[in-house]
Order: sequence, then C-alpha cells, then structure tokens
Amino acid sequence: MKEQTGKIIKVSGPLVVASGMSGAKMYEVVKVSEKKLIGEIIRLDGDLAFIQVYEDTSGLGPDEPVFRTELPLAVTLGPGLLTSFYDGIQRPLVSLQEKTGAFIARGIEVASIDENKEWDFKPVVKTGDKVVAGDVLGEVVETKLIVHKIMVPVNIKGGIVKNIKSGKFKVNDVVAEVDSHKITMVQKWPIRDPRPVQKKLVPGTPLITGQRIIDTFFPIAKGGAGCIPGPFGAGKTVIQHQLAKWADADVIIFIGCGERGNEMTDVLMEFPELKDPKTGKPLMERTVLIANTSNMPVAAREASVYTGITIAEYFRDMGYNVALMADSTSRWAEAMREISGRLEEMPGEEGYPAYLGSRTAAFYERSGIVKTLGSEAREGSLTVVGAVSPPGGDLSEPVTQNTLRVTKVFWSLEAGLAYRRHFPSINWLTSYSLYTDDLSDFFKKEAADDFSELRVMAMTLLQKESELEEIVRLVGLDALSANEQLVLETSRSLREDFLMQNAFDDIDTYTSLQKQYLMLKSIITFYRASLSALDRGVKLQDIIVLPIKEKIGRSKMTPADKIKDLENLVSEIQKSIDLL
Amino acid sequence: MQKEYKTIKEVAGPLLIVEGVTGVKYEELVDVELPDGSIRRGRVLEITKDKAVVQMFEDTRGISMQDSKARFLGRVMEVPVSTDMLGRIFDGAGNPKDGGGKIIAEKKLNVNGNPINPYSRDYPNDFIQTGISTIDGLNTLVRGQKLPIFSGAGLPHNNIAAQIARQAKVVQISPDGKVKSDDSQFAVVFGAMGITFEEAEYFINEFRQTGAIERAVMYINLADDPVVERITLPRLALTTAEYLAFEKGMHVLVILTDLTNYCEALREVAAARKEVPGRRGYPGYLYTDLSTLYERAGRIQGREGSITQIPILTMPEDDKTHPIPDLTGYITEGQIMLSRTLHKQGIMPPVDVLPCLSRLMPKGIGEGKTREDHSGVFNQLYAAYARGREAKELAVILGEAALSDVDKKYVKFADEFENRYIRQGEDEDRDILTTLTLSWELLSILPKSELKRVKEEQIEKYLPKVKEKSKA
Repeated sequence: MKEQTGKIIKVSGPLVVASGMSGAKMYEVVKVSEKKLIGEIIRLDGDLAFIQVYEDTSGLGPDEPVFRTELPLAVTLGPGLLTSFYDGIQRPLVSLQEKTGAFIARGIEVASIDENKEWDFKPVVKTGDKVVAGDVLGEVVETKLIVHKIMVPVNIKGGIVKNIKSGKFKVNDVVAEVDSHKITMVQKWPIRDPRPVQKKLVPGTPLITGQRIIDTFFPIAKGGAGCIPGPFGAGKTVIQHQLAKWADADVIIFIGCGERGNEMTDVLMEFPELKDPKTGKPLMERTVLIANTSNMPVAAREASVYTGITIAEYFRDMGYNVALMADSTSRWAEAMREISGRLEEMPGEEGYPAYLGSRTAAFYERSGIVKTLGSEAREGSLTVVGAVSPPGGDLSEPVTQNTLRVTKVFWSLEAGLAYRRHFPSINWLTSYSLYTDDLSDFFKKEAADDFSELRVMAMTLLQKESELEEIVRLVGLDALSANEQLVLETSRSLREDFLMQNAFDDIDTYTSLQKQYLMLKSIITFYRASLSALDRGVKLQDIIVLPIKEKIGRSKMTPADKIKDLENLVSEIQKSIDLL
Repeated sequence: MQKEYKTIKEVAGPLLIVEGVTGVKYEELVDVELPDGSIRRGRVLEITKDKAVVQMFEDTRGISMQDSKARFLGRVMEVPVSTDMLGRIFDGAGNPKDGGGKIIAEKKLNVNGNPINPYSRDYPNDFIQTGISTIDGLNTLVRGQKLPIFSGAGLPHNNIAAQIARQAKVVQISPDGKVKSDDSQFAVVFGAMGITFEEAEYFINEFRQTGAIERAVMYINLADDPVVERITLPRLALTTAEYLAFEKGMHVLVILTDLTNYCEALREVAAARKEVPGRRGYPGYLYTDLSTLYERAGRIQGREGSITQIPILTMPEDDKTHPIPDLTGYITEGQIMLSRTLHKQGIMPPVDVLPCLSRLMPKGIGEGKTREDHSGVFNQLYAAYARGREAKELAVILGEAALSDVDKKYVKFADEFENRYIRQGEDEDRDILTTLTLSWELLSILPKSELKRVKEEQIEKYLPKVKEKSKA
C-alpha cells in the first residue's frame, strides 16, 4: 500500500484544506507539510479534508504534502501523568523547553510520558486468573499520594492472564498477557470519546473545598458539574486555584485554556510547595496541569479541554475521586467559533457555531459518579468546574446560557463585590446549588444535625438584609425597628465574618467543615440570643458593644488545632448576652 | 527565486487578490510595484490553490489591475534588530522616521514571534516603583506584568504613561527605611498606533527633555498614516522589546497606544475579507489576536531581562463592557481605570481607584519587597474609601446630618484620600515609603476600632508615629 498523503490547496490561519484525502476519517490526525505540523481533520468533502492545525501555519502553501496517520487524536495514559505539565495536545512543556528553549517552536514531536523511566510494577492477579476489561492487573506507586492502577484496556474484552511479571519496567515493556494480547503499562484513548463505564450513579457526597461560601451555602457534589461565570477582575481564577488546592479529591486536573501565561507559572511554582491538608504531601503529586495559554495556537486550545477530561476519566476509572477545573471554557468556545468561521459555517448566536450547545452539554456530561468497568466495579467520580468569562459580565450571552443549562451549581461572581474587596465575590443571593437536598444527609452526619437549619436561617437573614437595605437607602437607618437593625447587624457579621474569606491568608485559606459549622453557629447564636434579649427590653446598642462581637470577627483566624475555642465561644456568646 | 505576477484580479479596501500564483506561502511578504515604479508592501492573508489574498500595509490607491506587479518575496515579515535602535524613531513598516540612516541589523527576527513556553516563564514579583501613589500603593506594578490604562477620550492617559516611563524604577528598601534604586539596564519601547501628530510630539518631547530618548525605541504610526500598518506596528515593537529583553538583558517597558485604533484596523481588514463578524463587528478572533500581543510580556527563567507592558486604550463612550476593554481585561493582569468625574474635579492623575486592579500585586509587595504593612494598608484604604464613597452617596439623598458619626469620619476620609493620596503633581515622584506613611496619616482620621484589616502590631507600630507628626 502506498503512503497516504494529500496535498494542501488552501491555507487560512489555523485551517488548512488538502485534496487527495479520500479514505480519511473524521478527527483523524495528520501531519501537515514537511515541517510535520500536527493537525486534525474536522470536515470531509469529496476528496477534500479540512484540517485544523495545532501549530502556527505561517510559511505553509499549496502543493505541500499532508501525511495521514490513520489514528484519531488520542492521549497516552499510564504512569508518569501526575505532576506533568502539558500543552493542549499532551506534549510535556518541559520536553518542549529542552528541545527548543524558552519559546515554543513548531513541528516538535515529544513523548507524552517518560518512556525511559522505570516503575515498580506489582501484580494483583495471578497467571491463570480470568479478567475482563477494566480489571486491575497490577499497581504502580506513581507518587506518594496516588497508586496508579494498570487496567485491562477497554478494547480487550477479557480473557485469561498469562505471563504476568513483577518488578521494574518501563511503560512500554510488556508486563502481562491477556489471551493473545500483550499488555503494557500505557494505553491510548481518543480524546473526543468518553471512556465507557458500567453505569452512572446519583451523587450523594459533597466535594469539600474548605471555602465557606461554597461548602456551606452552595456545595458541589462529587461527580457534579458547576460553573463560575464572572467578569474579569471578579476572582474566577483565584477560586479555581483555591478549589484545585483544597478540594478533597484524590486527583486534580487543572486546564488553563486560553488564559494568562503568568497565571500558569504561578500554579506551577506554588503547587509543589503547597501541602495537602490531610497527608502533608506536596499537592503537585496529585495534579496534572494542562496549559494552552491565550497566545498558543487556537486549535490546540479547542483540544485542551478534551485532553484534560480524558486524563481525568482515566483516573476516575481507577476508582479515584477526580476534580477537573477548566479556566476558561469561554476561550474554548471562542476557539470553536474561530475554526467554525474559517470553515464558513452558518453562524448561530453571536457568531458561535450552532453546535455550541450540544458540544458544551457533551463536555459537562462527562462528569459524574460512576461504577467503573471491571468485575470489582469500583466507584469513581469526576467533578467538573468550568469558569466562564462572559463578555462585559453579561450572563445572557450564549456560552454562559448553554453552560447553565447543563450544570447544577452556579457560583455567580459579581464585579461589585470584588470592587468592595469582598472575596470570594460569589453573590449569595443569585448563586445556587441544586445538590443541597441530595447532600443534606451527609452534612447531618458529618457536620451537625442542625447544619441545614443554620444554613437556611443564615440565608433568610441575608435575603432580609437586601430588602431592608432598600428601606435604609430611602428613609435612613433610624426608621428601622430594633429587631430589624439586629438583622442588619447579624447579616453584616455573616458577610464579613463568614462569607468573606482571604485566599492569601495561611489560616483563612482553608476552613474545615467542623469549623465552618461552629463559625456559623456562633453568629446565629448571637442573633438568637440578642433577639430574646431585645424582647426582655435590652437596648441594641448595649449588645453591639459587647466584646464577644469582636471575638466572632476574629473566629476565622482560629487555627485548626484550637477548634475547641470556637465551641467555647458559642456558649460564651449565649452567656454574655443572657447576662445583660 | 522571486516570483512576479501581473495577475491582480481584485482590489477591495486594503486587500488584493492575485491569481495564477504558484509556491506562495501563508503570511509571505509581497511587494506590489505600481505603474509609476513605487513599491508598496503587503502580506499573504489566505491562499487557495493558485489564488492569494494579500493584505496591503499601505494604501491601495493607485494600484491598477493591468499595470501593477505583485512580487512574492519568499519570506515572512521580519524586523531587523540591533542595539543601535535605541534612540531612534521608526514607522509602522519598520523604516526610520527620524531622517537617520537604516539600521545595520545584528539579526532579523520574525515579527510574530513564538509563544513563550509557560514552563519557562518566571513569575513576575519585582516591585516597580512608579512614584504614583495610586499605582504603587494600591495597584502595584511588577516587572513582567501587563497592566493597561483604560481611559476615555479627553482624559490625561498620555501624561500618566509619560510619568510612568519617566519615573519607573526597581527599588530596594533598606532596613533603615531608605529607598535605593537598583541600577540595572532598562529601555523603553514605545508603539503608537493612529495617534495624532500632537500626541506623538508630546511623547517625543517628553522623552527628549528627560533624556529617556537615549534608551527608547519609538515606532510611530500617525492618524493619517496607512491603517493596516497599525496591525504590524505593535508586533514590530514587541519583537524589538523581546530582543532587548531576552537577548540583551534589559528591562524593557513597552507602552502601546492606542489599542482601540489597532482593533479598528483589524475590524477594517476583517470586513474587507467578508468574515463573519463577532460582537460589534469586531472579528471573532479578536481575543486570540490581542493575546498574541499582550502575552509577549513577561520574564523568562535564567534570563536577565523582562518585558513590562502598559497598553493604553480609550474606551468608546467610557464603556468598560465594549469588546476592546473587555477582552483586554480578560488577558491583562489588571487594569488602571481613569475617571472622568475625578478629572472634572481637577484631581490629577484621575485614577478611579475602586475598579482598578493589579493581579500580580500580592507577590510583589510585603516584607522584603516594599514593607510588611503594605498588604493590610492597601486593603484598609480600599475598604475605607469604598465605604466613604457609599456614605457620600447616602449623604446626597438624606443630607449629611443623617449620617452616623462613624460615617461622617468616612466621608472626611474619602475627601482627604482624593485630595492628598490620589492627587499628585505630574513631576511628583513619591517613593513607596512616603506613600505608605501618607496612608497611615489618612487612616488616622478613622477611629482605631474601624481598622480591622491591618494587624494589631502594625497599628501599634505605625499609627502613633503619624499621630505625633500630625499634632506637631
């Protein structure tokens, strides 16, 4: 069979059209020109193939060859993924630097995972055992935090294990045979296909993030999907970083999709120094970073979210809880728009392609808590949190609207709060989480019986505050009754002492569930006790000047090992108000 | 081999279509020879089989389909660079504009550059002192940052940019409270797109008077110069900056003005190509395009120099949600906003503190960089000014008498803050310690119990000092 090549007939930005491509498949990877630039076929028409090229196309012209690979765009999965830092098509940025220095040149091929590193493979099945797709054959301690499970690839239906080995191997060495198939420690998976599972389950555990407004008021479930839309400067990125740092997932995939280069550098420098609050090990050991900054080729940006989610699914299949952050999905949508424009497709709203909605939905639906393939049916989850950058902060734009349709958690960021330096600037009145009911049993068990009750109470107070503020604006504070003034006082405390959380403070950056509960409890106790004090005829002024008020304000600075102080604070509040 | 064609088939706005070409590459440069022998330059924007779409950098007036010749040069756009460029002025095509001779190139660089590998970047955290309190104290600039000025027509953004260019330096604070400037090599690259002759003169004179021109490279495209040159001009400027920074180890400050004109030029070309428009007629790839400019700021591990960018843009109708400021804000690391209200009150520089932001500030301030109380003071000033402004609004509705005593103090604070902190002379170079001391003086207006965002020990350390001073 002769070599499969075509010829370029058109070049327009990242889009190249080639003729002589009959027999090519949709989403097949091709190498464009002698420079061997990586591209992917995104439309076929007769013998023409429309190719989106993942690298800069300047200098390409008609009549140059296009080489077919007959393979879809796939990621390489195996030990060595964790702690890696990839570009949008899974090329390690470290290797790129070794090859071309500080600036990324074109047409470079590098292995996605280190092929020379030796891993200690420990089999968990024996020769003669019967296995099916998804079953674990052996384990590799990939980092101090994660044991990498070598699974029977999905395309092998199953069979009898033969020649299973034990000891140090490179990723491409054969470690076992299943029937006639040789098994190595790596497998490939096309990025646009979701990895199969046995079945999806209904989420029931929250992803604890240590962020008070999220965990207490708008929790996200493990296996859930959430979105953070907000104008620039509202703090999307800081929230994404906080989630990546503190969420109680086993594995974190962080995708910097069309965002700032310096921010990715920040993550890269900070994560190895940050310690996991549970294990004390560097957070980097559970993280895979994918960076396709805004100035890197636009087509690779489109691919980067798929690369990320496929790696995430792979770890989920091992039975881990995986959380994926994508910052920002708007840039991904814009990349789709750009390619679609070059294809001269009929545009939908605001120039976005008409399939924006279905692509967005398909992406978020890859999240979920699942029973994985394999006979032991592990449970794994994949939580997806996407940041959205609506132009001008206008939430009616297509990307936000399409995302809201498929996500169940909405953290609404507001520039106004950010200007007042209220961080995280999540608006408590417009945000929502549809998981609160599914998760209430968990909170009852893990935090306290009255956790949900306190939350509802606090939310009611905050709602009431916004109504009262209107009145104050019109007629002044004096027009309010003492009870109403107490509502204002308490809500202010809720806002300043509970909702506001400083991501850059060593203690405040993470609040355990127990501490969140006690902090909330002390504020609500203050409210209830004051309410009955007012009934007894005590003046509001006398309550406000109590020194415990200041103690409530300082409660967020209580270190984790002094949590007893907060328990005492609750009874102290009750006592000192009762004494009035 | 150069290929010459007499087959220009269509001229539309800045675009030419040449047919029957072979071996033409995407982004290749094209020289078009007019019947009178003059030569105009363009580049290939799209190529389909034997048909090339060429974007002209200059006017298409006078190009005829019969007698003009298109010559494909077989190379993409490059800029010749050398350290001799310092002190010189060029136009948007890279030709000298100051009457001087051509530059003898040390090397030629592709104007599009290559993206910096995020892994190779070094995180920017060296504090740059601009001598302007609102920037140093509240929106700290660091080396390798891109911090745009969002302005409006008629606001003094040029004066601010010139003041920054004049005063910016990296400083070290010694333990005995002295500010020492670091004497590393630095340079200014100035890219002007579609600004008026007077504005250009202002900058040139400004640089001349202060001697800054010796270490400045200026690229100037005036309002009546070819529109399309505005698209390549910032790329020439940034390529030059990259050369000076990463090969010659200089700390380069790049000032680009006015990005609004740049985006309009992009829109003009996109419309001529009959592309599907995005918001407000701007092309759908505006974000990507802008990012290829802004993301060229930064520092690289193991290299001496840095590129700090201050792009200036005028917001149409002062509208921050207009696509140009909006997309810019999503790429840059913060923004400095100017306020028309402050400007009308005669407060210079009219920096609208509340919507300003510097994303790289947290790592550029504090002990060892500025002073340990900087972060707390910043938060406190910010919150107090926001509350003061709210109280002032309330006073407008209800009358000042309706305010509580504390709110009255906040009103006083906000007024003093605008008058003493924001207001500053154009030649006034306040060092960071002066700015911080001034902050404490202003904070002393408020009752101590209101100072919740600064640490107790810092209040002990700094507040009494300024109290004594104000008594004396």
